[in-house]
Amino acid sequence: MINFMLVIIRRDLLLVARRPAELINPLVFFVLVVALFPLGVSPEASVLSQAAAGVIWVSAMLATLLSLELLFKLDYDDGSLEQLLLAPYPAWSLVLAKVIAHWLVSGLPLILLSPLIANLLFLPTQAIPTLMLSLLLGTPTLSLFGAIGAALVTGVRGGGILLTLLILPLYVPVIIFGAAAVVAASQGMAVDGYMALLAAMLVFALMITPWAAGAALKL
Amino acid sequence: MSSIPTSSLLCVNDLACERDSRCLFSGVNFSIAAGDLWHLKGHNGSGKTTLLRLVAGLHPIDVGTISHPSTHAKIIYLGHKLGLKEQLSADENLAWLVGLESSSTQQERYAALEKVGLKGYEENTIATLSAGQRRRVALARLHLCKADIWLLDEPFTALDQQGVEDEESWLRQHTLSGGAVLMTSHQNLSIQPVKVLDLSHYTPAKTSCSSSAL
Repeated sequence: MINFMLVIIRRDLLLVARRPAELINPLVFFVLVVALFPLGVSPEASVLSQAAAGVIWVSAMLATLLSLELLFKLDYDDGSLEQLLLAPYPAWSLVLAKVIAHWLVSGLPLILLSPLIANLLFLPTQAIPTLMLSLLLGTPTLSLFGAIGAALVTGVRGGGILLTLLILPLYVPVIIFGAAAVVAASQGMAVDGYMALLAAMLVFALMITPWAAGAALKL
Repeated sequence: MSSIPTSSLLCVNDLACERDSRCLFSGVNFSIAAGDLWHLKGHNGSGKTTLLRLVAGLHPIDVGTISHPSTHAKIIYLGHKLGLKEQLSADENLAWLVGLESSSTQQERYAALEKVGLKGYEENTIATLSAGQRRRVALARLHLCKADIWLLDEPFTALDQQGVEDEESWLRQHTLSGGAVLMTSHQNLSIQPVKVLDLSHYTPAKTSCSSSAL
């Protein structure tokens, strides 16, 4: 089964390497949303540093949403999803492999980019490790929850909006605690509680979502 | 067909299928034995693809059963959508498709591609191949996966005359070596013996299946 998952991950990474636009689009979107914020609100350092945590987290969520729609759709369209489902392995392993590949190309670059973005928004330097850690715990959760929505709208034409409506409520707690952790860190307060909650949500998502999305794919 | 042969790989019992509150077929019975070549016929919309997908296990079964009497026979399904990634080369596509269940060496994959007449196209991306060539790449998988039952949905689509003849010879070879084939096609097969299942005969007059499920 590990081999089965590795084949899928390798294939999806190879596909992204062949079409780098898929990797770059969400990242550009992330940077653009963040960059537009000072223009719209205020370029004042005091204002931006307060809003930074929320802006970064919301942008990260939007960037994830943008890339999620295609998680299963391309495979569905060209028939490879059928072949993946026919392999003698449970559907959850297929979902997990797809999510890992998705996170590697959407979540991970975002985390690596986040210190730069944080600087752009005058986030206190002491909060940057917390920001990265909270994104490290939070973005896989976003990808996992998103997989349920992506699986449900796979066969639906124009499912993008439906997907957003379906999974946005699931994203709310991740955003609340993710952003709160960064705010707490920038004020020099303890963040252990927030991190524990983010980690708990990730574990919960890991247990529930591959199974749920796998069931949804078979519909 | 009254008695189920001992070598049967897969039995379909009293299968019925309803799609969008229309009964496609009901009371379908047949069994696939080693060496069988089943030709699934029927007019457009009679449920040929649906039946193939039910046998493959891609759809949940509403009415009836599909059983695997002997050891679980390995099934390969090749549908309308070929399951090939446009940005990947023919060789890379075969590598991941076969890799889902087993493994293959590049040498084996090149040999399979040569067998389907694509020597020299191994490193071409699928996007640069013609419809017939894509179909051939998908068919090359049949030679790499050692499956017992081939489920083929319109496997002659887009193939040239030589391609059709080649494929028929592969089908014969597969059945002679103890495999089985269940395929749909609007063409008549030139190979014998062929068992024919005409789904048109199983379309009920009324619109809903007899045992109304849900």
